[in-house]
Amino acid sequence: MATKSLKARQNELSDAEKQLKILSNSIFLSDGLPTFTSKLKQHNLPPIKSKELEILQMNIGYMCNQVCSHCHVDAGPDRKEKMSIETMNQCLKVAHRHKIKTLDITGGAPEMHPDFRWFVEKASSLKIPEIIVRSNLTIIRANKKYYDLPKFFRTHDLHIISSLPFYKRGKTDRQRGDGVFNQSIEALKELNAVGYGIPGTDLLLDLVYNPVGAFLPRDQDELEQEYKIALREDFGIEFNRLFCITNLPISRFLEFLIASENYEGYMTKLVNAFNPNAVSNVMCTNTLSVSYDGYLYDCDFNQMLELKVSGRIKHISDFDLASLQNRSICVSQHCYGCTAGSGSSCQGVIA
Amino acid sequence: MSKSYYQPEDLSKFGNINEWSPELGKKFFEYYESVFQKGALSAREKSLIALAVAHTIQCPYCIDAYTQDGLERGIEKEEMMEAIHVAGAIRGGASLAHTVQAMNIYNKLSM
Repeated sequence: MATKSLKARQNELSDAEKQLKILSNSIFLSDGLPTFTSKLKQHNLPPIKSKELEILQMNIGYMCNQVCSHCHVDAGPDRKEKMSIETMNQCLKVAHRHKIKTLDITGGAPEMHPDFRWFVEKASSLKIPEIIVRSNLTIIRANKKYYDLPKFFRTHDLHIISSLPFYKRGKTDRQRGDGVFNQSIEALKELNAVGYGIPGTDLLLDLVYNPVGAFLPRDQDELEQEYKIALREDFGIEFNRLFCITNLPISRFLEFLIASENYEGYMTKLVNAFNPNAVSNVMCTNTLSVSYDGYLYDCDFNQMLELKVSGRIKHISDFDLASLQNRSICVSQHCYGCTAGSGSSCQGVIA
Repeated sequence: MSKSYYQPEDLSKFGNINEWSPELGKKFFEYYESVFQKGALSAREKSLIALAVAHTIQCPYCIDAYTQDGLERGIEKEEMMEAIHVAGAIRGGASLAHTVQAMNIYNKLSM
């Protein structure tokens, strides 16, 4: 398993343009698989457009204590990009003024941002209805200075969404690194101890499952039951919901697909599993993604592919709701990841 | 024409059998889908049975399909291997149980 980001390894896949080129390579030529745009046409579906903005997802930095083999952000300890206080303030202004329902804070490990706590306190004081933190769990155990995070999360009534690729050690450590499973279990116990995930409290602790390999997730409800039983029986851990998320063929997951000669097979799988019913609910229809440097994207994946939102407004400092709603979504073949099977989003299945 | 009887990409063309007999094909696939629905057995248990049967009938398409189905359902390799050993035990047992017949014949004919 790599311990450095693609960027630090100077791997060509850290270049967004190179990734987009691969996503439009020969398997999508005229006699091969249909491109995402032509697939929509085949199903008589119009190009995807955004609807009412509900979620502002902020990627506050790419630094992370883990180097997961599937990470679409190419995050890691060697990534130094982080959001400035100025950009954070601009995001809060937008969220407050336009009564955004959900602020979704992600990274990297967002808790590693030096101004993370300041930001959460400020967002919390603005009474934004829901504030999500996407925590990788192990950060809570990574260093003494993070040990009190569960209490901090509770003080500000944050909604915690955490990755746990599987309820057993082997698969989790294969994807996320040795020791990650045990640390994640410890962190989950600590979150439970302050009330997160416990029935009868309003403190939400959701988990994310994404496949450890070149296959698609299946049956979120059934898997949720398996997770619940296994985590309860083996570790006494409780949580609220399980979200199944499909791995999108970009960044380090793309590196894995190519190196293991699974790229064509995986893309074929995604295309064959295209579900027209998922298209109307894809997350880009109600979400805006903000990068550490304040640019706006249809989703976190487009952010990594450097596909900025269409239209005149490209930066949070120029935010204008009217011109961003009903915008055309930028698509490429990675979008098949969100429309395969039961569909996929940062909130799990969508169809 | 390819020189091999089996092509991995043919698995996804299974539905094409409808072209030559839509009515029977439709009935078959409806039945197939119903069989694998959660019932008294979970879909997960059925997937493992399918994997074991696939190895018994040695169908490359089915082995491909139900290994992937198992992965998607979070079935682990140890569980898959145990299911396949069940198939192996029944197959082996079926051969060995017939030795009783061989023993009977041997004993009957021998002085």
